[in-house]
Amino acid sequence: MTTSTERTHARPNAGARAFVDRVARVRELGIVVALLALFGITGAVNPAFLSPASIRDILLNSAIIATLAVGQTLVVVTRNVDLSVSSVVGISAFGGALILADHPQIPIPVVIAGCVVLGAACGAINGLLVGVARVPALVATLGTLYAFRGVDYAWAGGRQVNAADMPQGFLRLGSADVLGVPLPALVALTVLLAVGWVMRNLPQGRELYAIGSSPDAAVLAGIGVRKRVLTAFVVSGALAGLAGVMWAARFGTVDATVATGKELDVIAAVVVGGVAIFGGSGTVYGAALGALLLSGITSALAVLRVDALAQTAINGALILAAIILDRLLAIRVAKALRKRRYRDAR
Amino acid sequence: MKRPIVLLAGLALLATACGGTTRSDVAAQQSAAPPASSAPAAADPNAPIKPGLKIAFLPKQVNNPYFTIADRDGVAAAKEFGGEGKEVGPSEASASSQVSYINTLIQQRQDAIVISANDPNAVVPALKQAMAAGIKVVSYDSDTAPDGRNVFVNQASAEDLGRTQVQLLAEQIGHKGKIAVLSATPNATNQNTWIEFMKDELTKPEYKDMELVKVAYGNDDDQKSFTETQGLLRSYPDLAGIISPTTVGIAAAARYLSDSDFKGKVKLTGLGTPNQLRAFVKDGTIEGFELWNPGDLGYLAGWAAAALASGQITGAAGEKFKAGKLGEYTVGAGGEVLLGKPTVFNAGNIDDFDF
Repeated sequence: MTTSTERTHARPNAGARAFVDRVARVRELGIVVALLALFGITGAVNPAFLSPASIRDILLNSAIIATLAVGQTLVVVTRNVDLSVSSVVGISAFGGALILADHPQIPIPVVIAGCVVLGAACGAINGLLVGVARVPALVATLGTLYAFRGVDYAWAGGRQVNAADMPQGFLRLGSADVLGVPLPALVALTVLLAVGWVMRNLPQGRELYAIGSSPDAAVLAGIGVRKRVLTAFVVSGALAGLAGVMWAARFGTVDATVATGKELDVIAAVVVGGVAIFGGSGTVYGAALGALLLSGITSALAVLRVDALAQTAINGALILAAIILDRLLAIRVAKALRKRRYRDAR
Repeated sequence: MKRPIVLLAGLALLATACGGTTRSDVAAQQSAAPPASSAPAAADPNAPIKPGLKIAFLPKQVNNPYFTIADRDGVAAAKEFGGEGKEVGPSEASASSQVSYINTLIQQRQDAIVISANDPNAVVPALKQAMAAGIKVVSYDSDTAPDGRNVFVNQASAEDLGRTQVQLLAEQIGHKGKIAVLSATPNATNQNTWIEFMKDELTKPEYKDMELVKVAYGNDDDQKSFTETQGLLRSYPDLAGIISPTTVGIAAAARYLSDSDFKGKVKLTGLGTPNQLRAFVKDGTIEGFELWNPGDLGYLAGWAAAALASGQITGAAGEKFKAGKLGEYTVGAGGEVLLGKPTVFNAGNIDDFDF
């Protein structure tokens, strides 16, 4: 008796879940389709765009923003935002470069670890302000955006660290290949897979979604909201610290203005990647694909000989198109869920 | 007749300002008065440089390597003509921060102030006060509004910068092939002026085999400059050279080229600093690039200040003065003194420069 009712209940449930899963897959599929279209069209006009060297460049170009987008996703999923990432990248890139230039005897891995810790410390300040002191994330991280940059300016005092000042071994990290894949892209991919797995499989990850879906319900469900939000900011900060190292190794010329304004690129990548800006849904894979799409668009516009003055406008239009696509898909998901609820009620 | 009036005015000002007068204040007015009253007098090109001139260099920002070099050589110039130079200035390049320094220098009764203005207008009232007190004002690197200074020492003319960059690249690519420009932002005034002169230079017959195919804009952003460089190389596979008239652009393009297959094949030149590009000149990515020599700029500004304070020049067009090892200079229209052609940096001389 009980087994039979369970069976009849289980079947539509399993079917609905499979359907939702499929839709979830489609969400990222949308970005993949956009990416394929971008590469297809640009490649058809100029085959050089699809050459291995060009693909390598695009991977390298997107590695830094992708790493930042993964961190940002953790924060956005909890219905918060971290505007200060660009300043954390700046302070980490300058600090790391300065130490490598002035104290070449310190091993490179120690400097990299130091930069990540510095980033995590900045993230902890954000996390304490937002998670514990309950300051709205937009305001708190806007404040730290300026505060961290100010510290960076004061530290640098107008100094610039140049390629000749940094050890060759460090600069090579910015462009070295491992198994044919550039190292920064490999680092970004590793970060992506690790965070993606945690977000999907561990309670620590799932609870971030719960917090973003409904902060009050999350508290009632016994989730340590403060701790989780703090953690999300610390991880975002640490990844920004790592991105700072990648920046210094990649570009070789570092001053206090590094990465100014990049926070908006990162948030654009996250949103284009299908992460809901009001929290609760989206994946780091989508965000990383979003970063790849945005760098792809910039590269394609440069290769397609598009008029320089129109580039920015076209860039913006393409971002809007991607977001509209995302919104349409979200409406479809909502419709599907309503249908399922109606069927379940029946 | 004039002198007592000036003295009286000074005393009256002091009386209202401080509510009292001390002996040293009177002495100050007396020593400041003669240059003030003799200022309108005609220049005497044969006047000797006055001994013991006190010249203060007020850069946009101290601890900025560019100004450290300029002011070091300016102070060295002061030593050459038997004067005394010093550098003072704010640690942050903001418009208002220089005003308090100017006021202090007026109180210290310097003979001349050499300033690079953070804002062309914000410093003018203070500088006018200085000039009223008989202090000569020379602007260098970044000019103030013309009524705030006697002479502006210009590091390089837009025309020279535009034309010489084309000449430099043409030599490197044998006057043949497609070239592109990687600029800053599309509305950057300096860069656009230079690019106009580049285009004009390219119309000359010796460049008939060179073609400017694209002006790309890296927005003075590392990442964008990287992407634009990549775009230029992909969309023009037979590109022979790139001119980047911006320090951010040239460094980013050099960094990209140094790791790519195009290294040494696609020539890169433009405006950059030796420290920034040293690694790329040594690894063969860049053959040569140019910039004015900031040391010479400070040195010339120092001599111009001395010439003003000694009455050799007043800042009118056509006046001539000697600037030590740099030779003779002529004041141009609008009180401008032009340093000269930019310095070309290459593997041979780059280690002589540290800025």
